[in-house]
Amino acid sequence: MRPLDFDYMLGLVPILLRYLPLTLQMAAVGMALALVLACALAVIRVLRIPLLNAASLLFISFFRGTPLLVQLFLFYYGLPQLLAFLTQINGITATIMGLTMHFSAYMAESIRAAIVGVDRSQTEAALSIGMTNGQLMRRIVLPQATRVAVPTLMNYFIDMIKATSLAFTLGVTELMGATQKEAAGSFLYFEAFITVAVFYWVIVELLAWFQRRLERRLNEAYRR
Amino acid sequence: MIKVEGLVKRFSGVAVLDGIDLAIKQGEIIVVIGPSGTGKSTLLRCLNFLEHPDAGRLVIGELDVDVTRASRADILEARRRTAFVFQNYALFANKTSLENIAEGLIVVNRWPRQKAHARAREILERIGLADKADAYPAALSGGQQQRVGIGRAMAAQAEVILFDEPTSSLDPEWVEEVLGLMKQLAQERQTMLVVTHEMSFARDVADRVIFMEGGRIVEQGPPDQLFSAPRDPRTRDFLRKVLATQVAVDSSR
Repeated sequence: MRPLDFDYMLGLVPILLRYLPLTLQMAAVGMALALVLACALAVIRVLRIPLLNAASLLFISFFRGTPLLVQLFLFYYGLPQLLAFLTQINGITATIMGLTMHFSAYMAESIRAAIVGVDRSQTEAALSIGMTNGQLMRRIVLPQATRVAVPTLMNYFIDMIKATSLAFTLGVTELMGATQKEAAGSFLYFEAFITVAVFYWVIVELLAWFQRRLERRLNEAYRR
Repeated sequence: MIKVEGLVKRFSGVAVLDGIDLAIKQGEIIVVIGPSGTGKSTLLRCLNFLEHPDAGRLVIGELDVDVTRASRADILEARRRTAFVFQNYALFANKTSLENIAEGLIVVNRWPRQKAHARAREILERIGLADKADAYPAALSGGQQQRVGIGRAMAAQAEVILFDEPTSSLDPEWVEEVLGLMKQLAQERQTMLVVTHEMSFARDVADRVIFMEGGRIVEQGPPDQLFSAPRDPRTRDFLRKVLATQVAVDSSR
């Protein structure tokens, strides 16, 4: 066994740091859009809005039922052949689109379950004091559904951050793409990939720390 | 002043309420008794449209609607003119006692937060839970939760408070404190319509007791008369059964 080249790994850190913002940006934008889309899908499912409900089910079924990599290739390589206006689509946009749709399908189901899980009698209580449906959702149901949904949503966010690494298959030089290039130049594959692995690991651990704090705050009302 | 005329509610074709007529004067305390499944709770729930009645006229203060034509605004109005106390308390789990009581004032009546909280504190004082203002429902006993539930109803300053079996989910040890609070409200001449199986409460507190069976009002009258000289055989039958078990419970308490 050869010794590890620690100097090379240390030298890699500042290079990779330059690509970190792009990775985080794709994850953050993807998560924000996915949340909005997932909430819309969830509300459609909860209220069983006629046509939209069927459309949501199909959407969720497709994006849960096919691999993310296949979806990314469809968006980046496939769709532009059918729809001319998409020929300008770049890898970053395609990645964000793919992440958004893929993860919103999963998130919609956990948000729906969280909404449905809020005790029905509290809904009646809110209506009985004269709240409108909007007030009921905003003040009573969503705050409680959030608490239930946060742990799973954070899990999806963590998953999404790691999934941004697939962007390199669309030619995007983000954290993974940059590592790949560095490794190909130096032939120090182990050093390069273990370094980028630690990068992802640290990001996820920071998020998990934040998640624990958030959950503690959200659970305050339920301590006996 | 509340008036109900010809109220009908059907569940999949079966009339659970089969033409209820009822007038409640301001300050009147009415207790509704009867076997389970005879529409007592449904009657209460129809008054604030938690169940939508199928026919009838409803008058609550200035609101006067034919229930089949009740608009969304009428329904909100009916709900704002009534207050409801639930069997299982139904407190907002994400809000403290204080916030549970103040919530309606802030959201529905659009009071400024500070004013609403000041009122909620007064109410907490009256229900004997001033020290639990910042406690969440999960940290309260059943009796305390139901007192907050009543506090929330008091805050609404409704024409009537509807009590739907308020002590039925409580462990026996908490029943007295909730009934005590209800008696206190009765003494203040808060208009109340109470569905309960607590016959001693009915006897001691009610101005009028209503016996319901099969979705109809079978018999009504002042408690003295209804309990000691019921006219209808169904009332007699029901009272005989209930009082027998309740005396046993009361003496074992």
